[in-house]
Amino acid sequence: MLKILKYSFYDLMRSRWSYVYFAFYLLLGVVLLFLNNDLSKAVITLMNVIIVLVPLIGTIFGVMYYYNSKEFTELLLAQPLKRPSIFLGQYLGVALSLSMSLILGLGIPFVFYGLFKSGAIWDFSLLLITGVFLTLIFTALAFNIALSNENKIKGFGYAILLWLLLAIIYDGVFLMTLILFEDYPLDKLSLVGTMLNPIDLSRTLILLKLDISALLGYTGAVFKQFFGTNFGLIVSFSVLVVWVMLPVWRIVFKSKKKDF
Amino acid sequence: MNKLITFLTVIFMAKLMYAQNIEVCSTCSVSTLTEAIAQAKDFDTIIVKKGTYKEHNITINKPLIIIGENYPVIDGELKGEIITIISDDVTIDGLFVINVGTSYTEDYAAIRVRKSKNFVIQNVVLENLFFGIYIEKSNYGKIYHNKIIGDAVEEYNSGNGIQLWYSNYIEIEHNFVEHVRDGIYLEFSDHCIIKNNVSEQNLRYGLHFMFSNDDLYQDNTFENNGAGVAVMFSKKIKMINNTFKENWGTASYGMLLKEINDAEIIGNTFQENTIGINIEGSNRIVYKNNNFINNGWAVKVRGACYANSFLENNFLYNSFDISYNSKVNDNVFDRNYWSNYTGYDLDKDGVGDVPYRPVKLFSYIVNRTPETIILLRSLFIDIIDFSEKVSPVFTPDNLLDNNPLIKKATW
Amino acid sequence: MVSIENLHKKFGKNQVLKGVDLSINEGGIFAVLGPNGSGKTTLIKSVLGMVIPDKGTIEVQGNNINKSSEYRHKIDYLPQIANFPSNLKVKELIKMIKDLRKPTNEEIHLIELFKLEPFLDKKLGNLSGGTKQKVNIVLTFMFDSPLIILDEPTSGLDPISLIRLKDLIQAEKAKGKTILITSHIMSFVEEVSDEIVFLLEGKIYFKGTIQDLKTKTKQPDFDHAIASILTNNHA
Repeated sequence: MLKILKYSFYDLMRSRWSYVYFAFYLLLGVVLLFLNNDLSKAVITLMNVIIVLVPLIGTIFGVMYYYNSKEFTELLLAQPLKRPSIFLGQYLGVALSLSMSLILGLGIPFVFYGLFKSGAIWDFSLLLITGVFLTLIFTALAFNIALSNENKIKGFGYAILLWLLLAIIYDGVFLMTLILFEDYPLDKLSLVGTMLNPIDLSRTLILLKLDISALLGYTGAVFKQFFGTNFGLIVSFSVLVVWVMLPVWRIVFKSKKKDF
Repeated sequence: MNKLITFLTVIFMAKLMYAQNIEVCSTCSVSTLTEAIAQAKDFDTIIVKKGTYKEHNITINKPLIIIGENYPVIDGELKGEIITIISDDVTIDGLFVINVGTSYTEDYAAIRVRKSKNFVIQNVVLENLFFGIYIEKSNYGKIYHNKIIGDAVEEYNSGNGIQLWYSNYIEIEHNFVEHVRDGIYLEFSDHCIIKNNVSEQNLRYGLHFMFSNDDLYQDNTFENNGAGVAVMFSKKIKMINNTFKENWGTASYGMLLKEINDAEIIGNTFQENTIGINIEGSNRIVYKNNNFINNGWAVKVRGACYANSFLENNFLYNSFDISYNSKVNDNVFDRNYWSNYTGYDLDKDGVGDVPYRPVKLFSYIVNRTPETIILLRSLFIDIIDFSEKVSPVFTPDNLLDNNPLIKKATW
Repeated sequence: MVSIENLHKKFGKNQVLKGVDLSINEGGIFAVLGPNGSGKTTLIKSVLGMVIPDKGTIEVQGNNINKSSEYRHKIDYLPQIANFPSNLKVKELIKMIKDLRKPTNEEIHLIELFKLEPFLDKKLGNLSGGTKQKVNIVLTFMFDSPLIILDEPTSGLDPISLIRLKDLIQAEKAKGKTILITSHIMSFVEEVSDEIVFLLEGKIYFKGTIQDLKTKTKQPDFDHAIASILTNNHA
């Protein structure tokens, strides 16, 4: 698996898209910091970018890589290699190269700006960790979609749909549900609702840092325990790990069954 | 020159003759404070040496100066009130007063001033108390540089650090109050000055005004109190350069204004509070040059607030800048800096070319269904906020800052 | 060498293999033929483990291939369409496959044979179809495995390379290897193969030498023999 990972990673590191992605983040970081000169504001803007764009890029890139390297995958399949290691290797190659672009692209301008001397370093690290988690999750979901759909167009369609669903539509439905059932105790429902969507989960994780003052304004005891203590942080991270494991497990499962 | 020396000597002699020093220590002829007060004549100085004095119900009924040397301990042994001043011109300096009795029928205090004028209470440390310094119908006093450390757990059986009741012209400066019910409490007390105090980790309010007018509080720090600072039913209060920090909780705010008219709120910092300022039924208040940083809600307007103006404040990284619960707006927002502002300044005059709408639709939704707060900063919410911004339906459409600043306001 | 028993495979509603029994002895060149959709590629991919059969067993050198990947050390496979990671250079690809399988020096000779030296430092994405196929051939033949599977090996090759490929195949055969070929070019099949396996509608219709086929169909040449099988079955 490590060999496949190595080659996929090298392959992607040379791909134009990795540079585009890297350049995009670099530009974003530079614009936010040096034109704006306000670290706290930059972190907030970055959060919006990360929870929306990282999943989108992760899914699209994952699906694209899978379809583009289909023949190469077949070549690998004929080699004495285990199937899960081929797909996990490719998956990790994509996810890691995307994560690298993210970390370096955003990290470099921030380091130059004097991140290590500022108090925002924890907020920023949390942003990057969340970004990496989202990349891992959405690339894995993308591989799942691609493994289940031979048709490229269909695969892309589902990938975009998945992103739309989790990034926007889910929250709309979530909001309507909360408003419709406002007469009932909702704090458990709203927390569960958050856990079921990795984008919401990551957002909550960042909220814990950026908007804790507002979150503590709400009365519910479950909320209070969740946001007021480290409990929320631990639970969120554990669920994120589960969110990575589930699609990865399905990649392994699916890859063992699939015909090429 | 000689005349001057003679003159001073005469004064000094006179002082020695008329105002005597009485020393109190465990081995002295006078071994209790009560005894010393009984022996003293008006305007005498009582010097209390280092040691522990187990006394309570000490009544000071004549003008005296009581000075503690190296913080002698007056231990009330939880039996009731410790020092009661009922005379004018009393100074208490440098005592360490502990163990005030708790009662549900009487407000026992460590030091009480009753119907007296011109008192000074300074350099006193109070611990394990019910009420700390209780000023009752007394005017023209000074409470300076004291430290009050309570251990209050429940509101119903704890008292306030410094309490003023029907007392005017009192100066409260450089005090440090923590872990009591209300750090500083003023009721029916006018023309008082509260300056440079630190009030933190109190159960209820750091500072609490009721029916008190024409007071000034300046350069104080209120941190991590149960509900922040409450200013209620008072007029013409000046609140200047104070810091309100980390007041977190459901009903918590940096400052609560209720039925306040004609106040000035200038140069304060509201940082990391659940609600920066909560306003109810308050009119003609000027908010100028305040910093609102990282609050949940910078300003929450709960109705019946008219003719207030928010000028040249900085609203930085608050989850919500302003929240309204009605569609009516009679308040003015002008020349503030809003970190959430996304407009531009093409003519480079430092003022954004597009007005800023500080009330978001989402804050309206959260008012209605508090659980929706979990969707804060979601893309979907941004989209509906944007559409509300373009054509306001739920929020007051005249609530605008027409001159949003491009750079932080400085003063 | 390879023995297949009662192999079934269905793609969706389409039953591609309907109980294939086949045993291929060690040594010699076997051509797998059949009309489009008869299951040639599926059969080969089943042997390679790329397609998972619904039913039936496949043994390579006496070992059941089910859930194993080690047996593929004994197989060299030339896929039909070879598309490689476009950012890799030819040199790197060869190095990589060697890294994944085992070290060998055979490729030097093969690169020379197919005149690939000028392309070694080019990225795979910039190569023409024929050159890619040559790279593909190098990758296949550089390991000295006892079983070689070639899926449409002639596609895109120029005449000179085709001759070299044929020589290569014969040379491998001479080493006592088993070679499995699918191809549409009948002349190529006739020229190189010792025995043919004819698949029709998911079953083995015929297995034997070309001579046997000619006798069976009573046709004078190979092309007509194949054509007669097809017309007879569709009529």
